[in-house]
Amino acid sequence: MSEVRVDVRVENDIIIARQAGRNVAQKIGFGTADQTRLATAISELTRNVVQYAQQGICVIRDDSDAQMLRIRVEVEDNGPGIPDVDRAMKDGYSTGRSLGMGLPGTRRIVQDFAIKSRPGNTKVAIAIARPRAAVQPPAGARPVARPAPAVRPWNTGR
Amino acid sequence: MNVPLLRLRDILLTSIQVDLTDQEALNFQAELLHRVNETEAKGVVIDITAMDVVDSFMARVLNETATMVRILGAEAVVCGMQPAVALTLIEMGRQLVGVETTLNLDQALDRIQQLIARRDGVYADGETDRFGGHGRSKVTSDRSSVREGGDE
Repeated sequence: MSEVRVDVRVENDIIIARQAGRNVAQKIGFGTADQTRLATAISELTRNVVQYAQQGICVIRDDSDAQMLRIRVEVEDNGPGIPDVDRAMKDGYSTGRSLGMGLPGTRRIVQDFAIKSRPGNTKVAIAIARPRAAVQPPAGARPVARPAPAVRPWNTGR
Repeated sequence: MNVPLLRLRDILLTSIQVDLTDQEALNFQAELLHRVNETEAKGVVIDITAMDVVDSFMARVLNETATMVRILGAEAVVCGMQPAVALTLIEMGRQLVGVETTLNLDQALDRIQQLIARRDGVYADGETDRFGGHGRSKVTSDRSSVREGGDE
């Protein structure tokens, strides 16, 4: 079970963390859509750290098993905490310069989402998961042939 | 400046090829607006083919940039969004996408010309046209009339 840890302090660490997430997702076989969902989720969560807590850590872990491809990500900081988590999970609520779509948006693109926050410690845990069968077609499966487009005669209309 | 801005006739063409930090994205926005003003561009095309993550912050920057370009008096089109990026943005929240988009650069150039023509058309019928303007705000139109006066 591999694990990648990224220290999150400055804006550039947001990029490093999300690229690390994408790399893990790609390596273990997630498709482009899930790679992008994961990278975007990490981008949102680590931005919150840079913006509100100045410093934190992002841990990306391959937690796959025989049935499921699964990546768990934990983003933790020792910042002031989110005063009202329920409100922070609603669309359009923000105390910063964002649209207030970060947390609620992230929850919609991941399979697991858990958040714990008190002054001095905020931890968000997410997971992106997909049945192996849905991602990796069984060996010997043939690609679905697409019908060729109908040939339209060239310039025959009157 | 890590995002080149190319002038192509009366259009500013730009392609975001690297992962931008938040500050770099805001710098890009400021630089683009400055160049629109400076070059009196009628339209801006922002190619995001190479962007594999557009999160809520970047989406907001793109939307706001397009709006700012429009209130300056020009048009804006974003092109080349990757399918996985579109999927993720819509899943996160529909309100994140509020900008004119096209599939690719070819279509973006067509679309921006249409938008410019439409803006010109609207203003040609309106009273702003007495400045000989091409659809920008009155002040700018007035300025351009000095230079291009009487060519309409």
